[in-house]
Amino acid sequence: MRISAHDARWGALLAAPTVLGLLALNVYPFVQTLALSFSRTQAFGRSTFAGLENYARMFASTEFWRATWNTVYFCLLTVPAGVLLALLTAVLLNQGVRGRAAFRAAYFLPMVVPPAAVALLWKWMFNARYGVINALLGTSVGWVTDPALVLISCALVAVWSAVGYDAVLLLAGLQAIPATYYEAAALDGASAAQRFFRITLPMVSPTLFFVVILRAMASLKVYDLIYMIVEQSNPALPYAQSLMYLFYREAFIAGDKGYGSAIAVWTVLLIGVLTLFQFSAQGRWVHYDS
Amino acid sequence: MASARRSGRAAVYLFLLLGTAAMIAPFVWMVLTSFKTVEESMRLPPTFLPRAPTAQSYTRALSLLPFARLYLNTGAMILLRVACAAAFSSMAGYAFAKLPFPGRRLCFAVVVTQLMLPPQIFIIPQYQMLAALRLTNTLFALVFPGLVSAFGTFFLRQAFMGVPDELLEAARLDGCGQGRIFAQVALPLVGAPMAALAVFTAVFAYGDLMWPLICNSDLNRMTLSAGLSTLRGQFSTNFPVLMAGSVLAMAPMVALYLLFQRQFIEGIAMTGGK
Repeated sequence: MRISAHDARWGALLAAPTVLGLLALNVYPFVQTLALSFSRTQAFGRSTFAGLENYARMFASTEFWRATWNTVYFCLLTVPAGVLLALLTAVLLNQGVRGRAAFRAAYFLPMVVPPAAVALLWKWMFNARYGVINALLGTSVGWVTDPALVLISCALVAVWSAVGYDAVLLLAGLQAIPATYYEAAALDGASAAQRFFRITLPMVSPTLFFVVILRAMASLKVYDLIYMIVEQSNPALPYAQSLMYLFYREAFIAGDKGYGSAIAVWTVLLIGVLTLFQFSAQGRWVHYDS
Repeated sequence: MASARRSGRAAVYLFLLLGTAAMIAPFVWMVLTSFKTVEESMRLPPTFLPRAPTAQSYTRALSLLPFARLYLNTGAMILLRVACAAAFSSMAGYAFAKLPFPGRRLCFAVVVTQLMLPPQIFIIPQYQMLAALRLTNTLFALVFPGLVSAFGTFFLRQAFMGVPDELLEAARLDGCGQGRIFAQVALPLVGAPMAALAVFTAVFAYGDLMWPLICNSDLNRMTLSAGLSTLRGQFSTNFPVLMAGSVLAMAPMVALYLLFQRQFIEGIAMTGGK
């Protein structure tokens, strides 16, 4: 298309609301959060330069390191299990089953329910004394009060919530694989396992990679589920608190915006490093059509 | 061979049915609990169906939370966020896809960077700006971070890239200015992605918890999610009330989902998959 002054004027005009909005709502706040992380919060919202004070306090804090570990652990608990379960579900839904739309609708349901309601529901089912899970299993386990179990229980809820969403994404990827590939493989007498590992998995790997990145980023910034399931009076809190939960408590309950900003900056760095790592590893297993 | 295949199919259905049960059963339990008395909810072993179904937990939840306001606030927030995302993102998406202007690459880099950063990195200054403007505890506060959407811009740019240049060129030769080409030629061609963006924006705004909790502390100005979260602390042992509140909070979105199930699923698959 010809580039003209008329086009350029319209381009700038149409992009202006979004660009100005992003400058005010995101670029400025990003810079401001960085600046706050180097300042000390004082009364009446004023702040003074404090150098690395917040970071020094953060790196010396056991609570902070535990929250970092909880976040990474939560990611390890949810991503591999959740993505594998979603892949299995998608592959089975793609077998020409009857009532696929109904299955898909059921698996997808938790995605449209607010996480606050999902969390309350599971908190009730996990209840050590009256919860239905212990009643069914005949146990009396403190699913959300035992420090060793609390994050595993939260991860279970996260996987349950997201599996249908991830399966729908993967199903779209599976449906894009040309049927001729499978027909050719069937003619060559390939077994079901061979067809899965030689055709399905390589062909769906770009979607799979996308789902892994999406799920990992969501896990690393988890807040709502854990906040709702593990209240601040729960003694297992230190073993469940994610970085974003700690961020919320420090910045908005304790009101320390400087320290909260340092936690936010750290979380962004953590997400950035882990995402870069995944992108650098993708060459080993993700196949793109040229 | 044939019987092996048949048992294979049976295993597929068995797995899918078990999965479906695992997805639906918790919600059934939520509804059943909401109609029990507190005493019955604590009975051991638990009863399955409520012995004497009662709606008292619903009356209680309705008296504890201003549900009418919460529905209104949530609905208005979603409408405004969807309207902003649709309007501004389609404009910017079209410009980034089809109209080269000075600084376009730099502006688009800002969009992509925002997309990759977690929203919490912006929250403290966003809150401080609102507080400085004395706009906390308003409907505007709920909409504020969603006034523009980097995700929507990126997503609709992809959609507009798929619109053939020849079509736009033909409209230009007919004497249309860019404004009309955008509104009357290009925009009608991205109806499906726009609908997908609307569903995506609505579902995530509905579930969001941290921002509404921060910006509006007045119960009458909260969203359903935020309002529901305030019940948790006060009624930590009254599970029928918590379940009734949850049912009330999730009902509108679930009803919409059941009505427009295909649009929801395909819309969200489209925003994620492509």
